[in-house]
Amino acid sequence: MIDRIAQLRAQAGEAIAAAQDTEALDQLRVHYLGRKAELPLLLRDIGALPADQRGAVGRTANEARKAIEALISARSQEVQAQELSGSLLADALDVTLPGTPPRPVGRMHVIAATQRELEDIFLGLGFTVLEGPEVETVHYNFDALNHNPNHPARARTDTFYLRTEAGPGDSAGEREPSERLLLRTHTSPMQVRAMEAHPPPLYVVIPGRVYRPDSDATHTPQFHQVEGLAVDDDITLADLKGTLLAFARAIFGDQRDVRLRPHFFPFTEPSVEVDVSCFHCSGEGFLRDGSRCPLCKGEGWLEVLGAGEVDPDVYAHVPTTERNAPGYDPEKVQGFAWGMGVERIAMLRHGIPDLRLYYENDVRFLEQFGA
Amino acid sequence: MRVPLLWLREYCDPPLDVAGIEERLTMTGTKVEAVLHHGVRSPEHFVIGRVVSVEGHPDADRLRVCEVDLGAAHPDGPATIVCGAPNVAAGQTVAVAQPGAVMPDGTKLAKAKLRGVVSEGMILAEDELSIGANHAGIMVLDELAAAQRLAPGQPLTRALAIETDVLELEITPNRPDCLGIFGVARELHAATGAPLAPPPWSTDPGSAGPVDDATVTVECPELCPRFTARLFDGVAVAPSPLWLKARLAAAGQRSINNVVDITNYVMLATGQPLHAFDFDRVAGGHLTVRRARPREPVQTLDGQTRTLDGEMVVIEDGDGPTSIAGLMGGARSEVSSSTSRVLLEVANWNGPNIHRSSWALGLRSEASSRFEKGLAPEACAYAQALASRLMLELCGATLLPGTIDVGTPVADPPPIRLRAKRLRSILGMDVTTERQAHILRALDFDVKRDDADGDDERLLVGVPPLRRQDITREADLIEEIARIAGLDELPATLPARRGACGVLSVQQRLRRRAVDALVGCGLYQVMGWTFTSPDSLDQLRLGEDHPLRQVVALEDPLSSDQSLLRSTLLGSLQTIAAHNRARGVLSLGIFEVGTVFALDTGSGSAIGVREHGALGVLMSGPALPATWRSSDPPKADFFALKGVLEALAEALGVSVDCIPANPELYPFLHPARAAEVLCGGEPIGWLGELHPLIEAGDGAHGGVSPAAMELDLDALVASAAIRRHDYRDLISFPPLRRDLAVVLPERVAAARVEQAVRESGAPMLEDMRIFDVYTGPQVGANMRSLALALSFRDPQRTLSDADIDPVWTRILAALGELGGELRG
Repeated sequence: MIDRIAQLRAQAGEAIAAAQDTEALDQLRVHYLGRKAELPLLLRDIGALPADQRGAVGRTANEARKAIEALISARSQEVQAQELSGSLLADALDVTLPGTPPRPVGRMHVIAATQRELEDIFLGLGFTVLEGPEVETVHYNFDALNHNPNHPARARTDTFYLRTEAGPGDSAGEREPSERLLLRTHTSPMQVRAMEAHPPPLYVVIPGRVYRPDSDATHTPQFHQVEGLAVDDDITLADLKGTLLAFARAIFGDQRDVRLRPHFFPFTEPSVEVDVSCFHCSGEGFLRDGSRCPLCKGEGWLEVLGAGEVDPDVYAHVPTTERNAPGYDPEKVQGFAWGMGVERIAMLRHGIPDLRLYYENDVRFLEQFGA
Repeated sequence: MRVPLLWLREYCDPPLDVAGIEERLTMTGTKVEAVLHHGVRSPEHFVIGRVVSVEGHPDADRLRVCEVDLGAAHPDGPATIVCGAPNVAAGQTVAVAQPGAVMPDGTKLAKAKLRGVVSEGMILAEDELSIGANHAGIMVLDELAAAQRLAPGQPLTRALAIETDVLELEITPNRPDCLGIFGVARELHAATGAPLAPPPWSTDPGSAGPVDDATVTVECPELCPRFTARLFDGVAVAPSPLWLKARLAAAGQRSINNVVDITNYVMLATGQPLHAFDFDRVAGGHLTVRRARPREPVQTLDGQTRTLDGEMVVIEDGDGPTSIAGLMGGARSEVSSSTSRVLLEVANWNGPNIHRSSWALGLRSEASSRFEKGLAPEACAYAQALASRLMLELCGATLLPGTIDVGTPVADPPPIRLRAKRLRSILGMDVTTERQAHILRALDFDVKRDDADGDDERLLVGVPPLRRQDITREADLIEEIARIAGLDELPATLPARRGACGVLSVQQRLRRRAVDALVGCGLYQVMGWTFTSPDSLDQLRLGEDHPLRQVVALEDPLSSDQSLLRSTLLGSLQTIAAHNRARGVLSLGIFEVGTVFALDTGSGSAIGVREHGALGVLMSGPALPATWRSSDPPKADFFALKGVLEALAEALGVSVDCIPANPELYPFLHPARAAEVLCGGEPIGWLGELHPLIEAGDGAHGGVSPAAMELDLDALVASAAIRRHDYRDLISFPPLRRDLAVVLPERVAAARVEQAVRESGAPMLEDMRIFDVYTGPQVGANMRSLALALSFRDPQRTLSDADIDPVWTRILAALGELGGELRG
């Protein structure tokens, strides 16, 4: 009897090893371990054996059954793995075909992205952001900013004035000279509007679109500025320098330096133009190969913006009201202001050769920036 | 302004090269825009020569062969030079360029064979040295040679300024004094400490008092604060001497004759324009300065007749107007070769008035650009002094006694107090009072020490006449100190802040969020032109009375294409789409955030302008890129764009509704595929497919017109105030989900179905979504089936089917009222 069991076990072992698929294994399981198979029957009939044989035969048969189960189970795993691998291989891809692109991501316009970056820098320096109207009056655009009556910027060739009469000879549409409407030529009118609306201290930046009648590779009739204004009782020209140094390093790199050059603007005194050391040649004016730096034209400096201490006459144009009490007394408050061109900064940073590209909006241009 | 460096160095000559001078001027506020070069490039090749002999050329009638003694510059005896000038003669002292010389235009002179004769150089005419226009003959330097004892072989630079660097300066409008070279020299003096020569007008050969034979009346002193004139007799009008020609040429002025050249030279030196009359042609010997009569015609020097108005000023003699004051002289009394008596006018005009007149007449000149800045009346005397001296020296003239001087002398303004404390507090750096005084004196200010008030040191500063327009306050003096004391020494500090912090407003954050949401939808932000054209309004099929026709016009547009301010973003979106389509970009999704404008005729008497921030989106072509797996992705249509609208609304936390658009209000949209967008029940924009008639029917869109929308971004953001986000428990208890399909008449809008379900399902109904729409034979004609996915939630417990049965019944009843029936 025990021999027969060993024989069955050996037979099963060979058959299982030879089985090539799950189906064959299932058949073998039935054949050797099923209800009508020899081994289970043998175990079931064990009671019929003489008492002295039962222990040995039962133990042997049980071991054989477990062994066969284990073999089937092990072989089954092998076979399943083979089958899976076979079915996976049957599902083969051409891995060299292009992938399916994800939903494309859009882009901010490079001007908008640059403007936001500038806003963020000055937010970090404690400024708040204000916007103002693009249609302004002569009062806010020129008079309140201390422009002489004959300042050239007021000329029709330098400012877009708006037609506001309904028709020829229509006197109802006529306005006082200071109330004539124009497209603002700078973001500076918001200096006065901001001071009218808020008491000192005031720390604001004013981004926005401005207009001047010029059109060539370095001028477009519309462009963008970021104005800055800080008024408190002790804001110095040195504070302006420090603030703009922080800006220059954030935008153009940690190694940058700034210099202030005296200039003239009607609404600042002293007035300065601000240059940033050239990031292309590290302010040397020359490249490593000895050639003249093409970005700063050998100057070592890039002109970036105009600025200055707010002219006392500008404060004098700010009426004191409930909203801004105690108002802006030129003897008690002082501060600085600047205006920078967003297009110019983006142009310098990205090497954009022609301002008109900004407003053509060719997607091959747009997709290079603003991600 | 062009400043020849040699001329500048005559007044102030710091031990600096041109780069050093450039740096000092630029850093003290006189920006050097460029350094140009005038004249020859290799002065060492230009020498004095003496013509030893002149013989005819054997093979050319017009050429002569000259033997020219060049001294040490040609040690092997006289050089042979072929010359074509008719005036060359033996014994003359001449200017010679030797081989290797680089001429003003950059050409290099080589030894040349002229008709068989080798020429070892060139005898020079004025134009070849860029001194004058004269090419009729060579320059004969005999007089110069005698006066300066010139010898052959000496460098030509000893006799003539044949080369100089020229500074191209940017003079800011507050500094008309620097429109004269002596003004620039004073700046250089202050900036470098190098000594300054006495002003060129410091000796005056003239005298005060009336002038016999000549009189002047000023009828409009408010426009002519000062008018001076001197009379010269025995004037010999002739070409100017070479040094004067050379200076004017380097400064960019053409030489005319000695009298006119003197007026130009003095203007360049002092900044004060002058005008010379041929006095014998001044009718009656009397000049009147008066306002022009309205529409008065005047013929000017250039031969044109110009029509004046009552704000303009003319100078007239007994025969009528001879010139337009400050702008242009008249032909009648112009100085000519026959002139012998010259009346030299130096006047001061009202700056804004000259500015206005010159713009109105389109007449701009060196003189008007100076007058319009507002010159100092005192400068009239300076210019008369210098011009008188030159008239005597260069024209052999006699100055008749007296000076006509009409005008009320301006009193000296009181001195300005300059507080050291104030200066420190504005600049943020210290400048000692000694240094302050030193700087101000270098700039010609009169400086006294004021009595100290405690520890606050103060100066009392008198302003020189030429600076009185610019310097009227303490702040102006502080600027003078700052720019000379050196802004490069300024420390870089940050404001000592007291409690302010920078944050974006709610509206600014929402606007940024809107942009980010659209970028996240795969759209490209664009920036179009604010300017638009009347044509573009017609292209949008707008009726005469359409609100978008209430458009704002520019007075002086750059072109008719840019004559209006846009009232909608649609035009620029279309332009940009067309630009890209023309370059092969067929799948496009773009958006713009920008301002739109409209005339505001409603308020009071004056017409105003309303403007608001708008947001526009345009999608054209496939909404997704084609791939090898999906070669024909669906085109962006109404619903693709509505998906963008919903994503935007979701990002801003606002709810928006679409209702069918009235085609009359939106003539640019497909009449059946267009919606008006509502927010809080108010219309804030539109969304739809564009009308085929406003899009070129080029089939580029594959039969689907681009879809677009425009929203009033300000209104959208205003209604989207950022809400508090309180925590809701969506985790402890799960929602219960059920679907239903309902068949309804087609005319029942999906929005009405949604509203009915939401209202009847409240508060347990958490969400509802339409996930299928079916029309077809199974539901019958004019009917459609909507499949709804509903989700219910109770924050306190897990819902069972039994819990929602009452709600379910209410929902079915509400759908029944709309004519709906559950679909089997």
